[in-house]
Amino acid sequence: MKALTLKMPVRYAINTVLLALLLLAGSALLSAGVFGRAQTSVIMQIGVYIILAVSLNVATGYLGQLPLGHAGFMAVGAYAGAILWKALPEGSLSAVAGIIFGGITAAVFGLIIGIPALRLKGDYLAIITLGFGEIIRIAIVNLSGITGGAPGLKKIPKYSNFTLVYICVILTCVIIHMFMKSRHGRAILSIRENEIAAESCGVNTTYYKVMAFTASAFFAGIAGTLYAGNQGIIAPSEFGFLKSIDILVMVVLGGMGSMIGSIVSAAVLTALPLFLQSSLKGFNDYRMIIYSLLLILVMIFKPSGLFGTYDFSLSFLIEKLGVKKSAKGEKQDGAKA
Amino acid sequence: MAQRHDPRLPILAERDLGKTPVIECKKLGIDFGGLTAVDDFNITVGQTEIAGLIGPNGAGKTTIFNLLTKVYLPTRGSMYLNGSDTRDMNTIAANRAGIARTFQNIRLFKELTVLENVLVGLHNKMSYKLPEAVLRLPSYWREERKTREKALDLLSIFDMQDLHGAKAGSLPYGSQRRLEIVRALATDPIILLLDEPAAGMNPSETGELMKNIIKIRDTFHIAVLLIEHDMHLVMNVCEVVGVLNYGRLIAKGSPKEIQDDPLVIEAYLGKKGET
Repeated sequence: MKALTLKMPVRYAINTVLLALLLLAGSALLSAGVFGRAQTSVIMQIGVYIILAVSLNVATGYLGQLPLGHAGFMAVGAYAGAILWKALPEGSLSAVAGIIFGGITAAVFGLIIGIPALRLKGDYLAIITLGFGEIIRIAIVNLSGITGGAPGLKKIPKYSNFTLVYICVILTCVIIHMFMKSRHGRAILSIRENEIAAESCGVNTTYYKVMAFTASAFFAGIAGTLYAGNQGIIAPSEFGFLKSIDILVMVVLGGMGSMIGSIVSAAVLTALPLFLQSSLKGFNDYRMIIYSLLLILVMIFKPSGLFGTYDFSLSFLIEKLGVKKSAKGEKQDGAKA
Repeated sequence: MAQRHDPRLPILAERDLGKTPVIECKKLGIDFGGLTAVDDFNITVGQTEIAGLIGPNGAGKTTIFNLLTKVYLPTRGSMYLNGSDTRDMNTIAANRAGIARTFQNIRLFKELTVLENVLVGLHNKMSYKLPEAVLRLPSYWREERKTREKALDLLSIFDMQDLHGAKAGSLPYGSQRRLEIVRALATDPIILLLDEPAAGMNPSETGELMKNIIKIRDTFHIAVLLIEHDMHLVMNVCEVVGVLNYGRLIAKGSPKEIQDDPLVIEAYLGKKGET
């Protein structure tokens, strides 16, 4: 029995409906007061880290490069967005403007770094982005007139709420998905697979590398702005090298090149430490050790990450259910959704 | 090694090979540091001509392919592609100008499907922009559907259309080589460079490949330049053969002429009297 396949417009419609239902359910739960303030903040942080992991996955999983300065782009977005928010009068329009501004500023930085770094073959990008992350942090400390310096930027309007973060997460995932399932996305994948062969197929490799890297930076900037809008106060020390590594661990653990992998591992690795921190004393001191052990175990037992390159769509669930129903009496399809 | 030229092929002189050669190299040469890998390389390949390049290991055959596709930039000499100078071209521009190749050590996009491999080859045949893709505008659907059909058509040359959903890396060796040829053809070349297309194939697969090389030439009206160690293939498919030794072209001519050339015999078998 062949799996039931739906036409693309139908799939899109189903996905849209399911996502809208999720949004309604989420905001209903929140307004009913099921979650406390701390838990709501955690949910928002999960959203922020999902955007960060999914966007890093574009550069790491799809393009096959190793940027080590994702927190740098997050910082650029956070500061750019927060400064604009503080300058603009309060309102939902300003909230959106700040997010877009944060994304675009980070994308500009991505472009500036990406163009020279990605013209070269090899691991230069890792080194350059590593330096970039540190430079940004130090620049923020020293530009205290604009950024508030080492103590941090305070009194940022708390625009981030569940609906806004949710919509940003969904838009990020949808845009990246549409992007990857096009000729542009295939070009990016072909560069990861074999750069020389991609060039000999006429794919402009430098152009697509810069495009993927800039897109990655753009969404990291958006995540940064949302982060600022959730915390209300941001300090440069939060955007250090370890933050970049945290995000990288999420991508590697979930499976490089798998969006659902990034989403799941970002959610787990954000919620779990926050939960353990409150229940287990001194957990934070051992967090990096646990991460390293986890990574070593994954590399030994499942080097492609938990989800490999497997990707997933909500309408897929419906298709599987459809198969189960129509296959009643016939041979059961063994595949699990 | 005495093989006759395949009588099925039209004789070279009777075919119109076009006024401008597809590829013309003049005194092409490249040095790696102090080592001269290729020197004084002259060759012309006419339109719809099937040419072969043979020579012992390390003679510089693949280096020449890399020069033709602009992976390496020549130290000396010039190269013309369909009449235009390739001096300022890079690999991408050379491909767009009509040169496509396969690789000696297969370079497929292993984690992508067979169909996606061909679709990457058709990348420049699509023209929708990024916003059209992200918003899924009608132009995206139209072009994707059309290109997909074209890709399946191309795969059907080698009867591979049913494999379109398989991962390229999971294919058997011979199919991987065939897929590489399809991917190269997808870029709509005027000349196809095949780097040891029969390597690792058994005699019946090689026989199939020989027919297919001729079929490709006839259906797409393109020239083919191939590197091969399988003399049976070279002598039966190629209309002209160049022999390379120590980076220099030591002989050029029809397969028959090459077989009788004393320099070629010396390069392959050694000098008479040597032990």
